[in-house]
This record gives sequence, structure tokens and C-alpha cells, in this order.
Amino acid sequence: MILLRGNTSCQGCPHSIAFKALEYLENPIVLMPAGCSTVIAGLHPNSSLTIPCVHVPFPSTPSVSYGLSVGLKRRGIRANVVAWMGDGSVDISYSLLAGSALRNDDIIVIVVDNEAYVNTGVQSSGTTFWKAKTTTSPKGKKEERRNVALQMALHRVPYVATASVGYMRDFIKKVKKAGELEGFRYIHVHCPCPSGWGFESSKTVEMARKAVQCKAWILWEYENKKFRISKISKKAKGDLKDYLLSQTRLKHLSDGDIEEIKRKIEEEWELLEHLEKL
Amino acid sequence: MKKLLTGNHAIAEAVKIAKPDIIAAYPITPQTSIVEKLAEMVENSELDAEFVRVESEYTALSVILGAITAGARGFTATSSQGLLYMYEVCWWVAGSRLPMVMAIATRAVGAPWNIHGDHQDIIVLRDAGWIIGMVESAQEAFDMTLQAFKISEEVSLPFAVGLDGFQLTHTAEVVKIRDYELPKRKPLPYTIEPSSNFALNAVTFGIPKLKARHEQAKDLEKSKEVIRRVDKEFPVSYGGLTEEYRLDDAEYIVVMMGGWCGDAKDAIDVLRDKGIQIGMLRLRFLRPFPRKEVEKLDGKILVVDRSNSDYRGVLGLEVSTVKHDIKNVVTGFGGMELDTQDFVKIFTKFVNNEMKKDVEWWYDSA
Amino acid sequence: MLEIDVSYLISKPKVGAAGKTGLWRQFKPIVDEDACKCCKVCVLYCPENVIEVVDDRLTIDYEYCKGCGICSNVCISNAIEMVKEGLE
Repeated sequence: MILLRGNTSCQGCPHSIAFKALEYLENPIVLMPAGCSTVIAGLHPNSSLTIPCVHVPFPSTPSVSYGLSVGLKRRGIRANVVAWMGDGSVDISYSLLAGSALRNDDIIVIVVDNEAYVNTGVQSSGTTFWKAKTTTSPKGKKEERRNVALQMALHRVPYVATASVGYMRDFIKKVKKAGELEGFRYIHVHCPCPSGWGFESSKTVEMARKAVQCKAWILWEYENKKFRISKISKKAKGDLKDYLLSQTRLKHLSDGDIEEIKRKIEEEWELLEHLEKL
Repeated sequence: MKKLLTGNHAIAEAVKIAKPDIIAAYPITPQTSIVEKLAEMVENSELDAEFVRVESEYTALSVILGAITAGARGFTATSSQGLLYMYEVCWWVAGSRLPMVMAIATRAVGAPWNIHGDHQDIIVLRDAGWIIGMVESAQEAFDMTLQAFKISEEVSLPFAVGLDGFQLTHTAEVVKIRDYELPKRKPLPYTIEPSSNFALNAVTFGIPKLKARHEQAKDLEKSKEVIRRVDKEFPVSYGGLTEEYRLDDAEYIVVMMGGWCGDAKDAIDVLRDKGIQIGMLRLRFLRPFPRKEVEKLDGKILVVDRSNSDYRGVLGLEVSTVKHDIKNVVTGFGGMELDTQDFVKIFTKFVNNEMKKDVEWWYDSA
Repeated sequence: MLEIDVSYLISKPKVGAAGKTGLWRQFKPIVDEDACKCCKVCVLYCPENVIEVVDDRLTIDYEYCKGCGICSNVCISNAIEMVKEGLE
């Protein structure tokens, strides 16, 4: 068990579910930038994690993780050093993340993506869903939605994958795989947030599955320089409108908006299909 | 063994002897040759260290932060804009109570744009909890860097070694490469490894935060004794936290730090030849501030600064917490170099009681 | 050798770091033991790790269960019902 009961996470928190995957890594050490996970991990003098955790400056996670991994190697100590980042941390660490991928730093980056800066009150982030309402985009997000995992894969690193807390067995398999490889490994986990998105706490896993089923979140892997869309996503059949309108942050969407989003999703799908053929 | 070395290369030679586990630094003028020399040493297998090519100074210090948290020995170097870019991490390292050494090739801070020497960059570290040293020569840069690893690891605080940009970094002098070995590393207050059963630096509210800064401040004070001891035990002693130059019977005292102290000492000799009893207290450390040494001064005091805060020079501000009624000259910014004659002019004006204002921003330079 | 106190940097693992989170509940998960097949899907998805299978029976640590309802939502046997707290 990684996360101890009686922690500060909201009811139905997807990050709390995601933490379970760390159990499947040998000798994990987790590095934590500012975000929901920081607070869930516990306030001094208490920790809610059973594994060693180092809190680091907000934009620094990938690099501190790499430094830690080198320091341990020099002392002859084996460990799986995990940079546990939110999508907010990704935005502010972007150049460090890219630099880390470029150097093929020997770390595992797990991004728990709740599609907003939720910890500070649900402000818009790079991965916030198209047209979603956040406190800094009260009428709906105008910017594009960033596909970080794809950009990491283009650095030609050993392993990149997307995952979802709706499909824990798939996520755990991917984490196990990453734990057995070396070099820069990146897993981007979709984490629907009841507090931030506006849905009942009991529906976190259901919402995550709906997202994958209607292709708003696509599961794929990049390994040995090959892209592979997962079977789950290939077989996915779901109602996009149902997924979007069941969240407070998106229920204002017009039919025109939904059509636009449908096209964007199809474009992403096509891009991945093309990459798979390479 | 003696070698003709620039200040930068002298530091690289000292780092080689210290045998760090990891070096991560981003190039910035006038620090670049420290890092280039170290990269060469690593590639030539003269130095067994991990050399990380980072994409920014923020990354450089973050990588070192990670490595020293795991118990490794780390080094980086920077200047000016680079120091300011990694500033947040400087606080994190000091607050985490971890040892490391950083060389700072002191340089002006924009705007307006300037790559030349003054002390405006290194003074921003004053509040963070770092030990800050300033050297006068390439030899002292070599010696202080070696001592820095030892002192830093004993008090578990990071140590910045400052040397004047261009004036010391790019001019060469004969440096004695000492046959010196650093002692085996003492165990740190903590290290993180897979078997560790704790979280580090979690959100810390209220009284423990007060305690954190208090303990850091206390240990920074205690580092004075460590600095003095390490200096005495070293093959050559510089005087501890400060160096006294012709101070014994001085009626007029100049307080300064950095490379230009060499030229200032020559100016002191010129005035001494004319019968004026003038001497210098050269500050080797800005933090911890050599309060006792400054308190002991008995005479009229002039502080000459190469950086400012508000209307005063930074050393002027620091010294005025101990001594009142001092004169402060602020000059030498952005590569404006003063030679012996310039200092003779300044000191003459001072001893002739012609400095009417408490703070004078000095423009006259050859 | 300097004695260095770093206690203010270190946090130790503790159950209930945020208190007795069972007090947060408005709905309580009640297990129908006949319907439950011990498939452990609820164990896999419970965010709080308060569900355990002990002696082939599902047990929930109600001291810390926040009543989010995910267990009931993911159960493939409809064996968990969310009942209003106090009315079970």
C-alpha cells in the first residue's frame, strides 16, 4: 500500500487511485512538485506515503529526479526514481522536461493529469480540455489542448505511454514495464477530478472509462520506436456528448462546440493511426 | 606544483582535487572556462564525475539538488542572470540543509545589458542562508574552493565562492596547486534512499518553519568557527573571515571585498609612504558577516562597494549595522575598473576629510 | 563536529494524517455478502485503500472510509449499496 488511509484527498480523488501503481515498482522513490499530490502526501510532521518522498521546487521535478538518480548510482544504490507530476507541473517544467527527454535521463515521469491547476482552485492548464470552464477561463478555454505524451515520444525515448485511472490493470502493466527499462520513461495518466470538473465523487472511474470509450482520451504506447494504440482504445465505442455534458465544466457546450471537439478528437486519432503505421 | 592559471582554471583545478560526484552547469560569461575545463577533465578521465549538459541554470542547480539529496558531492558555477534564474533553487538547497559548492564569477545584472564585472549578482544570496566568500586572487580562488567543500559539508550549508568577473576569471597568475586531499565525507544529517522511511520538505506550517530558519541562522553563525579553524589548519592562512592589511596602527580604515582589493592595497602603500596611517580590512566572507572583526575596528571607516541596495552600497549597509558614522563610496559597476591611481584619489579625499556626503557614487576613473 | 537538527524537514508516515476521515461521510457503503463474489475490483479502485478481503469476506475500515461511492459504482455484482449515513 502506497497511500495511507486518512489522508487529505477529496472523496473520489483519482490521484489516490493512481498512487497504487507505484506498488509495482521495485525500490521506488517519489519526487513531488507543488500540486494536489503534495497536499495528499501529507503536511509536516506527517506523511501519508509509505515510500520515501522528496518535495521539490515546482518547476524542477524532472531535473532533481535525475540528479537523485545519479547520486544514488554513484553510491551503488539501485532505485526507481519517479517524478510524480501534475499537468500544472508539466506546464511550468516544460523546458526541463524536454531537456530531460533529450538527455534520456534515467527516470520515470508519471503525470497525473486532472486537466487543470486544481490544487490552486481549478485554473486553466495546457492539458485542460477544449472549451472547458475553469476559474481563469470562466467562459470556456480558448487555447488548444496540449498532447504532452506525443511530444515526449518525438524525443525518441525508450518508453512513453498514456493511461487512465479507469483502466488500472492497463496502467499497472505499463508501470511494471517502465520499471524494467532504463532511460527516460514517461506515462501520462488521465485523472478525472470530481471536485474540479463537477461530477459526483462516486463517478471518477466511470468518467475515466467514458473518456477512453468516446476517445476523448486515447490509450497508446511508444516502445522500441514504434507507436501502438491499445486494444481498449481500438475497441472503444462511446457517446462523446454524454461524456461532455455530464460534467459541470463542459455542460455549457453547444452542439456546434461538440461537433468541433469531435473533429479535433478525430484528428488526434488519425494522427496516432498514421504514426502506428510507420 | 606551480602553474600559470586564470582564476577560472584555478577553480577547476581545485574542483578536480575535491573529486565531486557530479558537475552540472550552464555556460554564462565570464564563468564559461570553469565549466569547459571541467568537461575536458572528465572527458580525459582526469576526473571521475558525471558531467551533465543542462539546458539552463535552473536545471543545473536542480540536478545538483537531487544528487546531494542522495548524498553525492556536487558542484556548479554561474554568474549574474544565471544566478538569478536558479535563485529559487538556491533557497531550496540552503533550506534543505545540504552541502555543495558553487563558484560565482561576479558580474553586473541587467537591465541595462552588461556582461562585465561587479558584485551585484552575488549579493542577492545574502538572505538565502548560503555561506558567501569573496576572493582577491586566483590562488585564493583555488584555496577557498578546496576549503569550501570541507566547510560546507561540516555545517551542512551550501557555499558560494565569488571571484570578480574578467578581473580574476580571465587574468592569469602563478598558482600553487597544493598536494591536498579532502577528508572522507562525514555522514549528512539525512540522505534519501529506497529504504528511507520519511518524506522530505513537506508543507511545513507555523512554528517548525520558524525553527527551520532559526537553526539555519544559528548554524551559519557557528560556521564562523569552522571557517577560522579550516583556515588555520590550511598550508596557508588568509586570516579567517577577514584579512588585515596594515591595520594595526591605522587611523583610517578601508573596508572592501573582492579582486580590486589588490589595487586598493597598492594605493594604501602609496598613502603610507606619505605618512598617512591607513589600512584595510578585507572581508573574505559576506555571509556569515564578520561582525566581531568589524566591531573591533578603531578609526575612521570608509567602505568601498561594487554593488548597491537602495541608495547605499551593500557592504556599506552591512557595516553600518555595526559601525555608525561611516563613509561609503559606490563605484566600479559593469566592468568599470579602478586602478591604483583611482584608489589613491578616493582614499586621499577620504583622509583629507573632503567627503561631505555619507554616500558618494564615484564616477572618476582613468 | 556540529550537531545539526533537521527535524523540521522530516515527515513520518502516519495513518490518519488528516484525522478520522470517516467523519466526512454522508453515505456509507454497505456490502451484501451474498451478492459479493470477492472479485476485488472494489479493492483495486478504492482511493482510500480501506477495503480488504479478510477470510473471504469484504471488510471496510469505516474509521477512514470517506464514502465516495466508487466501490459501489465499480462493483460488477451490484453488491455494494451507498446508504445515507445514520440510516443504515
